[in-house]
Amino acid sequence: MSTMLKYQERELKIVGTRPLRPDGVDKVTGRARFGADYNLPGQLIGKVLRSPHAHARIKSIDTSAAQALPGVKAVVTRDDFAEMPDEYAAVGELMINFRDVTRNMMAREKVLYDGHPLAAVAAVSEAVAREALALIKVEYEVLPHVIDVVEAMQPGAPLLHENQYTAGVKPKPDRPSNVAKRLEYARGDLAAGFNEADLIVEREFNTKPVHQGYIEPQACLASCSEDGQAELWTSTQGHFIVRAQCAKVLQMDVSKIRVTPTEIGGGFGGKNNIYSEALAIALSRKSHRPVKMVMTREEVFRATGPTSGANVKVRIGCTRDGKITAAEAELNFQAGAFPGSSVNQASMCAFTRYDLANVRVVGNDVTVNRPKVAAYRAPGAPIAVFGVESVIDEMAKKLGIDPIEFRLKNAAREGTQTYYGPKLGPIGYIQTLEQARAHPHYSAPLGPNQGRGIATGFWFNIGNETTCSLNLQEDGTLTLMLGTIDVAGGSRASMAMMVAEELGIEFESVRPFVGDTSTLGFNFLTAGSRGTFASGMACVIASRQVIEKLRQRVAKIREVPLEAVAWKDGHARPAGGNVAQFAPMSLAEIAKMAGKTGGTIAGHAEINAQGAGPGFGTHIVDVEVDKQTGSVKILRYTVVQDVGKAIHPAYVEGQLQGGAVQGIGWALNEEYVYGDDGVLQNPGFLDYRVPVASDLPFIDTVIVEVPNPNHPYGVRGCGEVPIIPPLAAIANAIENAIGLRLCQLPFSPPRVLKAIDDAAAAKG
Amino acid sequence: MARHHVSATVNGDGVEFLCETGQTLLEALRDELRLTGTKEGCGTGDCGACSVMVDGRLVCSCLMLAVEAEGKSIQTIEGMAVGETLHPLQRKFIEHAALQCGICTPGILIAARSLLARNPNPTESEVRYWLAGNLCRCTGYHKIVEAVLDAAREMRGG
Amino acid sequence: MRYEAPKTLEQAIALLSGANGQARVLAGGTDLLIQMRSGRAEPELLVDIKAIPEMRSIVAETGGYRVGAAVTCMELIENEAFAQAWPGIVDGVRLIGSIQVKGRATMGGNLCNASPAADSVPALIAAGAVVCIVGAQGRREALIEEFVAGPGKTTLANGELVVSFLLPRRGPHSGDAYLRFTPRTEMDIAVVGAAVNLTLDDTGVCSRARVSLGAVAERALLVPEAAAALIGTRVDEAALKRLAAAASAACRPIDDKRGTKDFRIKVAGVMAQRAAEIATERARRPS
Repeated sequence: MSTMLKYQERELKIVGTRPLRPDGVDKVTGRARFGADYNLPGQLIGKVLRSPHAHARIKSIDTSAAQALPGVKAVVTRDDFAEMPDEYAAVGELMINFRDVTRNMMAREKVLYDGHPLAAVAAVSEAVAREALALIKVEYEVLPHVIDVVEAMQPGAPLLHENQYTAGVKPKPDRPSNVAKRLEYARGDLAAGFNEADLIVEREFNTKPVHQGYIEPQACLASCSEDGQAELWTSTQGHFIVRAQCAKVLQMDVSKIRVTPTEIGGGFGGKNNIYSEALAIALSRKSHRPVKMVMTREEVFRATGPTSGANVKVRIGCTRDGKITAAEAELNFQAGAFPGSSVNQASMCAFTRYDLANVRVVGNDVTVNRPKVAAYRAPGAPIAVFGVESVIDEMAKKLGIDPIEFRLKNAAREGTQTYYGPKLGPIGYIQTLEQARAHPHYSAPLGPNQGRGIATGFWFNIGNETTCSLNLQEDGTLTLMLGTIDVAGGSRASMAMMVAEELGIEFESVRPFVGDTSTLGFNFLTAGSRGTFASGMACVIASRQVIEKLRQRVAKIREVPLEAVAWKDGHARPAGGNVAQFAPMSLAEIAKMAGKTGGTIAGHAEINAQGAGPGFGTHIVDVEVDKQTGSVKILRYTVVQDVGKAIHPAYVEGQLQGGAVQGIGWALNEEYVYGDDGVLQNPGFLDYRVPVASDLPFIDTVIVEVPNPNHPYGVRGCGEVPIIPPLAAIANAIENAIGLRLCQLPFSPPRVLKAIDDAAAAKG
Repeated sequence: MARHHVSATVNGDGVEFLCETGQTLLEALRDELRLTGTKEGCGTGDCGACSVMVDGRLVCSCLMLAVEAEGKSIQTIEGMAVGETLHPLQRKFIEHAALQCGICTPGILIAARSLLARNPNPTESEVRYWLAGNLCRCTGYHKIVEAVLDAAREMRGG
Repeated sequence: MRYEAPKTLEQAIALLSGANGQARVLAGGTDLLIQMRSGRAEPELLVDIKAIPEMRSIVAETGGYRVGAAVTCMELIENEAFAQAWPGIVDGVRLIGSIQVKGRATMGGNLCNASPAADSVPALIAAGAVVCIVGAQGRREALIEEFVAGPGKTTLANGELVVSFLLPRRGPHSGDAYLRFTPRTEMDIAVVGAAVNLTLDDTGVCSRARVSLGAVAERALLVPEAAAALIGTRVDEAALKRLAAAASAACRPIDDKRGTKDFRIKVAGVMAQRAAEIATERARRPS
């Protein structure tokens, strides 16, 4: 059963303002504790042995010398973990198979990427642990590898999984393939649609894997006791998911693992999965001591999941007036070592901004010898939209139609039937286009070698299982226990704001905390832009429960009927009209008497939040291209996005700015560079180039609010949409600046300069 | 292997610790002195999360050996507030929502304070270039730069 | 691994000579610590030379400057007199890593680490700087362009230590500049680096020039042909074009994760030209 609470328009006192976040002081003083900041007496340091090969069969692992090294207290390999059945479960917005989870965590038959774990040790110091790793002898049979997605799809490509036959193809293929799954969305008559078109544009795009780039490497601390219970502190986006996965791979009861989420130093989807957690628990179990495992930056790049690199083909047809008549795309996504890329989400997001009768999207999920893909902020969508919004731009230009006008002509709106399922409710896409067009940025003058591009994005946003508990303390202040991890610092504040709004009290009276897994029922992880939406809904439900109980208590205390008691501005007051009068009571007064009137007053919610509202955004970017070096500079950037309701506008702005800048990095310089040996050549922040402060201008933001009818405050969730448009917006701006359409990401200077020189040579 | 005995001043307090030759100042601060406010983001001087002041110089503590701290005066994020009074930069960061996850924040605050000590009236560009050694993945730097400029204004008496 | 912090040159030399090649000099440590962490360097002895006074000073000498090899980048940048005399060298030093890295890194370390992309080296070569070396055999000097042998290799003998840099006297109407190409505005290793040092005569004609390129060969290059394109000219459009062509022609770069051969060759010419423009503008300023 799912929960939806309808939107109610009302006068707001706290929601929409900018109070100071409750965890801010701890974060600016260094007091806040992130994953690597936890320590337990007697702890050991755990380290992982990783494959130096992109693809190899493991013939033997000999840990005897490592085990014998003084100071080594435990060693684990594949022999310490059970075989897992072929079984799927949801992890974030991706589905994953536990047979693969255990193998990604610790290789069994083969190593499938440079960095793949195959053993782990726990020792009295990091130095001893490293020495122990060097003593583990592994015999490999090195195999040919494949990383490029198009190469991996060819028959005869090196095969990662001998038993993988492409799902979604009928009849079942007779040969195994790196294509794990093929999916298709289709509607209408594509051939007829293309026949009607006056203009057809077809382009192929290629992108490289990029990493979420969180500044905090994964870190965890596990402590097991002899009765089989485990405590785990870890930096994660989903402590209940960590508990579930660890319990499964370690074959433990879920309730015997207590996971405390530490503060998290960035996740963006990359901390939805387990990496070292189950290893740390297993090492702790074996050594009877706590085990701390912190990844180095190099390990983060080599062995946690970047996004897919992809090959994307897009073909769109339209009339000379700019009405799209047919659209199709083929999305070939790297899944990494195990199946499960975000090609499905990408397929759903590719064209949804437009009202299309004839559309087809085919997606292929392809295993390749690089780390298993993890989600990255609107997983898959930026890649598909890079292709589609580039083609849309090209079409608009060829027809001489303003790019915003072109999109308005075809825009999805309330009632548009998506090609992947639901009908869209009230949405703000058109508003974002119109506000972008009206923004001074759109008509500001441009200089030589400067260009302007726009692009738009859509993300469905999700809800899912959420719990919370709201307790009224004896002095009238409240403790709000949340199960949704606060990744960016805004959600704890936003939840407290909604509770304060509901109860009509001051924001500072509500103290929010994120509880460990023993304090609440299951919460889905923080992903899919669900935090403020789903947790917010749960908080509102809990608040309303508390109000109900407060009214009941006051009715008892004042000896009046329940209907006579209204709740307003933090007080129980007479409901007005002909009902009984009584002296109002404040929250503090009622709380003081709680024990005598029936016990502690509390509210809670355990819901499966549904009705998440999709988000749409339009971005405008100005670039300047140095035609002698290929360098692309971002001059100006504006994000216009419908967020439904900005509970705390400063944190919403922060999401828009942060997401846009990740997109800028993805567009300009970020990429995984592999050598011919399949080994990652740039596993560090020196050569994996995320934007630095001097690379960027201020990012202007315009918040559009078309309330989501299925949330009490109209919230849509906003964190993912902003990373979607930048890739195409920048491609379109470059085209506008120098007349060249770039279809290969990133637009690093050597690529841009080569395109400029090739074009000049072709002309001259 | 014999360990070195190091005496230094950290946030105004005399401290002593033992360390191996190969241990960095970052490791000594976090593991020996249990001052975990300074963070490791990369260990190679590329992200600035480990920024501290050593004898008045802004440095990456991951690129300095612990043994080199002998006799030095070190300032970490834990010493930035004076008692209950936050430094204007700390206050402005909270007011401007210049932090999201907060992992880069200690390093950026130490770096920003060092900038304002030498240049009390920096331009936007000067702030951006000074902070180029501090990576932030959450904010896109926008509110960070605003907060630093606002703190500078307040500290100048504006 | 042992750590020693000698207070005199003699002590430092004795330690280095006695270590059979198993010692490394610790100056700023911003390259060495990274190499130790990755296992590329596994010294048995670290010789911290930062307590030796002559390695830390910046002194005017014979009309020029003697800069200690262990002066930090920030100290050099903050020395107004030096920055006034040699803005091109300071351009290069400014680009070594972040403010944090510059707080520790030194020109001596930047030179001796011998990365072909070292940012301080091209401008030192263009300046005609000389490096002063002390060893068990005594003192000697070497031209910077002859000091580095290849990636990670210098011509230092076992037990020798770079003590200081000597910058010559500056004539009037002189200017130098260093520019590099990187994908981001900061924090990158140079894909191409170009330094130009020139002097104009009283009529504005270039009488002397030296041009050096970094990151386009196994070590930084002195490119006489590029300098020749400027000498005797007013550094006009045509001269700059010839300079750019000569710079590109001198490159013998590699393809790597930071840039392709073709890209480096092309951009070397562009950077050399732009550096020459800045150097000329500085030379034209009234002194």
